[in-house]
Amino acid sequence: MKFQAEYRDLVAAKKLQRAIGEIVTQPWTIMEVCGGQTHTIVRYGIDELLPDEVELVHGPGCPVCVTPLELIDKAIEIASCDDVIFCSFGDMLRVPGSRHDLFEIKASGGDVRIVYSPLDCLKVAEQNPDRTVVFFAVGFETTAPANAMAVWQAKKRRIDNFAVLVSHVLVPPAMESILSSPNHRVQGFLGAGHVCSVMGYEDYEPLATRYQVPIVVTGFEPVDLLEGIYRCVRMLEQGKIGVDNQYARAVKREGSRVAQGLIKEVFEVTDRKWRGIGTIPHSGFRLRSEYERFDAEQRFAVGDVQVRESSKCISGMVLQGIHKPHECPAFGKECTPEHPLGATMVSSEGACAAYYNYGRLLESHQPSCSSTLAGKPAIVPLPTD
Amino acid sequence: MCLGIPGRVVETFIEHDVMMGKVDFGGVFKQVCLNLTPDAEVGKYVIVHVGFALQVIDESEAEKVFEFLQHMDDLQELRAGEEDANVEGAP
Repeated sequence: MKFQAEYRDLVAAKKLQRAIGEIVTQPWTIMEVCGGQTHTIVRYGIDELLPDEVELVHGPGCPVCVTPLELIDKAIEIASCDDVIFCSFGDMLRVPGSRHDLFEIKASGGDVRIVYSPLDCLKVAEQNPDRTVVFFAVGFETTAPANAMAVWQAKKRRIDNFAVLVSHVLVPPAMESILSSPNHRVQGFLGAGHVCSVMGYEDYEPLATRYQVPIVVTGFEPVDLLEGIYRCVRMLEQGKIGVDNQYARAVKREGSRVAQGLIKEVFEVTDRKWRGIGTIPHSGFRLRSEYERFDAEQRFAVGDVQVRESSKCISGMVLQGIHKPHECPAFGKECTPEHPLGATMVSSEGACAAYYNYGRLLESHQPSCSSTLAGKPAIVPLPTD
Repeated sequence: MCLGIPGRVVETFIEHDVMMGKVDFGGVFKQVCLNLTPDAEVGKYVIVHVGFALQVIDESEAEKVFEFLQHMDDLQELRAGEEDANVEGAP
């Protein structure tokens, strides 16, 4: 496919690998923020292509992972109501709540539906005027304009049997939270390309200046990631701070003003709790008062749900790049994608799930030729003990 | 979650006062909201996420990494040429 296949080209990747090796003179730790990038890195073995001096650590950029457990429980409570059609993106259905997940609610007769786009929910609502359609509005800034459009359209078209359960989180406050932590290891960032395609990267410039780090807005294909790493290493080696844009084919400095206007019309910034990290000030969106009647939490009066996370899970440390997945005693044992204990194992974009799914079970992981870039990840056989 | 797929706009139309389009993803066609990308025309490529086009792909920018790699190749050849010249010039 155009704009995809050429960015998976092995020859181009090897040239970039060589270029990184030629400019690096000392150890550097770079964090990729986005879970989609984490998935590509582990799937294609991008980190195995890098010289020993360049270490990649994985950030908190998986909205599925960082959605608080109590919000999953609220979703399950709402989806269990007889007069509700609960709609969600597919990857939220298998995230376990305290006792159940949405798939179990569906299996036991609940009307839980996977949608491709939030606009699909409006059609479902119009077709079912005697029931309430609730959409699980999860995501970063990338997904916010789509969810905002659904709410805006619902108001405009007077579709009153529609509501959203909002769990929107924002990337720059999470980056700032990591950088302001005294024990962080991050010297440079690969910025989340699709978040920036919506929001631009003006907000990242003061962050780069304040914390003296380079941030390279980066795409999602192997060649994108290698070029992003090359640019970030080059900035680190030259002592440069600021924001560079590797993903210029899809990202402008100002982002999409149309999308930003739509977000501002429907949402306002609020504090948000991140699973595995805790509450980060001004790190999420909630509905503005003009759109409050579409707020599922108010409409269904799902009160404060008390939950407790596993004491064994170190996902908070993994999300902040302080530890790697295989440094957790539960990783691959009590904690697997089928039975996740914490945030980073619940979605394929979580660092722990990516490591598990691509056979990264040991700290001394040997390069496994997963760096073929042929689209076929190498799966290391799991231990049989 | 932030997955974005490039696709080519093959048709545009208005639905509920919103600009929509049919987008071709290598033979798979989906209906996509083009409201966030007013400059998306038939024939242009867009990055699509959850049924919404986020940006029109800048084709000239897409070429730049490959121009950079070509430039690197040219430099390599130049360096190799210089080394060969030095060897030839050695006593």
